[in-house]
Amino acid sequence: MSVMTATSVSTAPQLLPPPRWVDEDVSLQQITDDISRPMEARPGKGWWICFAFALAGLIDLVVMVTWLFAKGIGVWGLNNSVGWAFAITNFVFWIGIGHAGTLISAILLLFRQQWRTSINRSAEAMTIMAVMCAGMFPLLHLGRPWDAYFIFPYFPNQRGPLWVNFRSPLVWDVFAISTYFTISLVFWFLGLVPDLATLRDRATGRIKKFIFGFLSMGWNGSFRTWARYEMVSLILAGLATPLVLSVHSIVSMDFATSLVPGWHATIFPPYFVAGAIYSGFGMVLTLLIITRQTMHLERYITMQHLDRMAKVTMLTGMIVSYAYATEFFSAWYGGNLYERYHFINRATGPYAWCFYLMVLCNVITPHFLWFKQARSSVAVLFIVSILVNIGMWFERFVIIVVGLHRAFLPSAWGMFYPTRYDIGLLVGSFGLFFTLFLLFIRVLPMIAMWEIKGVAANSAHIAKISKIARYYPAEENSEVAMNA
Amino acid sequence: MPSKFVVATFLDPDSLLAAVRTLRVHSFPIYDVYSPYPVHHLDSAMGLRRTRLPWVTFCAGLTGTTLALSFLFYTTILDWPMNVGGKPDNSTLAFVPISFELTVLIGGLSTVAALLFRARLFPGKKERLPVPSLTDDTFALVLRRRNDHFDPLLVARLLTSSGAREICEIEAQL
Repeated sequence: MSVMTATSVSTAPQLLPPPRWVDEDVSLQQITDDISRPMEARPGKGWWICFAFALAGLIDLVVMVTWLFAKGIGVWGLNNSVGWAFAITNFVFWIGIGHAGTLISAILLLFRQQWRTSINRSAEAMTIMAVMCAGMFPLLHLGRPWDAYFIFPYFPNQRGPLWVNFRSPLVWDVFAISTYFTISLVFWFLGLVPDLATLRDRATGRIKKFIFGFLSMGWNGSFRTWARYEMVSLILAGLATPLVLSVHSIVSMDFATSLVPGWHATIFPPYFVAGAIYSGFGMVLTLLIITRQTMHLERYITMQHLDRMAKVTMLTGMIVSYAYATEFFSAWYGGNLYERYHFINRATGPYAWCFYLMVLCNVITPHFLWFKQARSSVAVLFIVSILVNIGMWFERFVIIVVGLHRAFLPSAWGMFYPTRYDIGLLVGSFGLFFTLFLLFIRVLPMIAMWEIKGVAANSAHIAKISKIARYYPAEENSEVAMNA
Repeated sequence: MPSKFVVATFLDPDSLLAAVRTLRVHSFPIYDVYSPYPVHHLDSAMGLRRTRLPWVTFCAGLTGTTLALSFLFYTTILDWPMNVGGKPDNSTLAFVPISFELTVLIGGLSTVAALLFRARLFPGKKERLPVPSLTDDTFALVLRRRNDHFDPLLVARLLTSSGAREICEIEAQL
């Protein structure tokens, strides 16, 4: 581009206006006030209703776990054919939910997607809570949960010279999930520190001031610290990105490295990762729609945010559908009798209704999101997100239970019927999850104030620049010519 | 040991950036800048050197990989070789996931620890704010008044012309 004349620039098509991720022009102080308001005011009726339901679920969980510990896992519907059922289904389901949080906080940070700023804090909180729910189930499934520390290698090794089998994906899982939980927690807390300092500086009560002061670690907004802090956020995002992909890949290897028909497939790692992101976005949508309505944060969680999330849900939903199709294709084309029977049984056997429910929720539902009207209706998005959650839970159930109930030997075939304790624990895990989430939006800033401030100021800045260009075309052009 | 500082406050990041650039042109060393969020281009305006924290991640991550691999080799080959499904004792590929996880874990935690150490942040530390509401909506530029060569009038003029809202002198420990 050599000499650019004044006329050619002024007639050049205008760039599209930058997307705005905060509705209306808000001052920095307004952002602090808006986001701190839910923590400083008394919660509304909507919050209390949600909390009552969640707390009931949590109480149910406590009762169920107590009963389980007293009686043993015989209270579940497990048997010799189906040794993994609800507990592992719930485990995979909850781990998957967590993945969207990391995708939003880490992968979208690396891709410099500014729309993540309104939702990353709550999505990361969701990750941590979902991983807590997930981690609970393998422990409960152990039968003797008080011996859970056996799965960690430790010094001095008191099990004689015997170590856990490091070639087993179940042991990989232990490392993957504990690393995932730790890194997510640290990443989330580090992101909270500047906001905790904001809360500390505006807190009026002594107890609040002390707690926020203690947790904010003396943060004062020094730019020397900010520069390092931003670099560390980027590094953690870079570490969390392969981590999150590895976690669900390893979870899928729990199945894929076995020989069970329907499990023994190389497509599992990418298939599970896509499914995890799909289900996670479903849950993020559910949660954000609830918080948006109960906490009145429509200015920050805009329809554009919901639209973007809906698009990601649709895309990952289609990847999942493709994986389902591939599974059936390779069962037919692969020539393995057992594998082929597994898929015939999946579509026509006693659990076929689960399969068709899964297809309805995961293959058909996402296609509603092609329509702009569907993506711009909160009610439709809420229903879709619930269906996604249901569909993804059933996907794991279909993979696990249908795989086990009719494996190789017909004499070992059986059925799994959940007992009230199976269902009670599933409901209870939702109770735990929602109780934690509802408490989180009450006591901590559920939107990253400092990140929103950066985006809001940024768009104001861009608006200012474009205004200058409009008013002083000659000056702008001389600069362009000079640069060229 | 408290020392004397000149603090200028700003209400928008652009004036802050302008002030930083002007002062640096007049070769005043900037003590620090405070802002409620990381302002773009401030690092180059202040002439900050790129942080060396990525090296911490690299070294800690490498340590994590080495530790994990040596531990896995030690337990499964030297300490208690065990035949599982006829697989060789040295199943290096099977060691990849755990080595990767420990790399990430040790790399990540060390980076955060190094950040807290370098920025001198720790739980319970008392905050040192030159002026209030820095974590809300105010930007501040702080200069250290060290000797007689410091011309407060020139500084005040430069800061005001770049859009400072208020200029004050404080004696504090920052």
